[in-house]
Amino acid sequence: MSNTTKTLAVAGAVAAALAAQMTVPAHAQAKEKCFGVSLAGENDCAAGPGTTCAGTSTVDYQGNAWTLVDAGTCADIELPAMADGTARMGSLEELDRDLPA
Amino acid sequence: MTVSQSDFRAALLDPKAQRPSGLSDGKGDNAGRRFDVYRNNVAVSLTEALETAFPVVAKLVGTQNFKTLAGAFLRAHPPASPLMMFYGSELPAFIAAFPPTREIGYLPDVARLELALRQSYHAADAQPINPAVLETTPTETLMASRVGLAPSLRLIRSPWPIHAIWRFNMVEGAAKPEMAAEDIAVLRMEFDPEPVLLGPGMADFVEALTNGRALGEAVESASLSPDFDLGRTLALLLAHECIISIGEMT
Repeated sequence: MSNTTKTLAVAGAVAAALAAQMTVPAHAQAKEKCFGVSLAGENDCAAGPGTTCAGTSTVDYQGNAWTLVDAGTCADIELPAMADGTARMGSLEELDRDLPA
Repeated sequence: MTVSQSDFRAALLDPKAQRPSGLSDGKGDNAGRRFDVYRNNVAVSLTEALETAFPVVAKLVGTQNFKTLAGAFLRAHPPASPLMMFYGSELPAFIAAFPPTREIGYLPDVARLELALRQSYHAADAQPINPAVLETTPTETLMASRVGLAPSLRLIRSPWPIHAIWRFNMVEGAAKPEMAAEDIAVLRMEFDPEPVLLGPGMADFVEALTNGRALGEAVESASLSPDFDLGRTLALLLAHECIISIGEMT
């Protein structure tokens, strides 16, 4: 492409982009940033992640590390590293079973 | 009470380790069991932080397995900063090397995407340009200009369909992922980061701009993909308030 052609192409693209802007309705201005709205638990305050209160009933799982003993999910984890997409997608379907509805 | 910081830290990250000696409670008795509660809370709260930060990874491997993954990760990479919002940046690489997960080829990139969403959320705010500037600037000047992009922009390029995998797990009724390489931009209009699937050449374009190349050079690099559409790309960036400056090259 010559420089002139390139410039024309860019000018055309800019015009197209601006035209597309016109069709986008102006969204509500001046939204205020609220904690706890966009991403749950991302605040660094007491309610944020990593701030579980003392006396939690959840128990650390380290004893099970490296062996994924729980049947079912264990099979999902051991996906073959395969080259063709078919088998891979099969694996995804397997994993699908664990997704909450 | 005398206990060395390194003893305390070592025992904190290893439940099998001896409780550090020299800890006492208010009555002067040995505070060993109190230490156990604290140690458990450290591991559990970091695990919860990771679950919050990587919901799609957690769904893909299942809650129980994610806890195992998190337990191993938090010992290998305890927080380097008290800011939990930054915790977990080493998780993608860890997943790729962790024996139980390393066979799942797409998982590290899914983790990268989730990390990018979080980084984008916490990135600095920036004022977008008035699109009219593009109209009033002569095209030759524009092509030689540097285009500043919002600090909240993140780019993820993957040989896997991670956008589809992400959607499949996060958006109700989303289509089942099909094998394809995908480029994704995390764009944040106002305060909500959104993973946007990019068309051909778009990632090259954004990457060139991010590296400080002029608009004309970025177009050239993106045009190596024959289906690159500059108009669509600019429209996308403008619509997401991602262009924050048009200026001379320095």
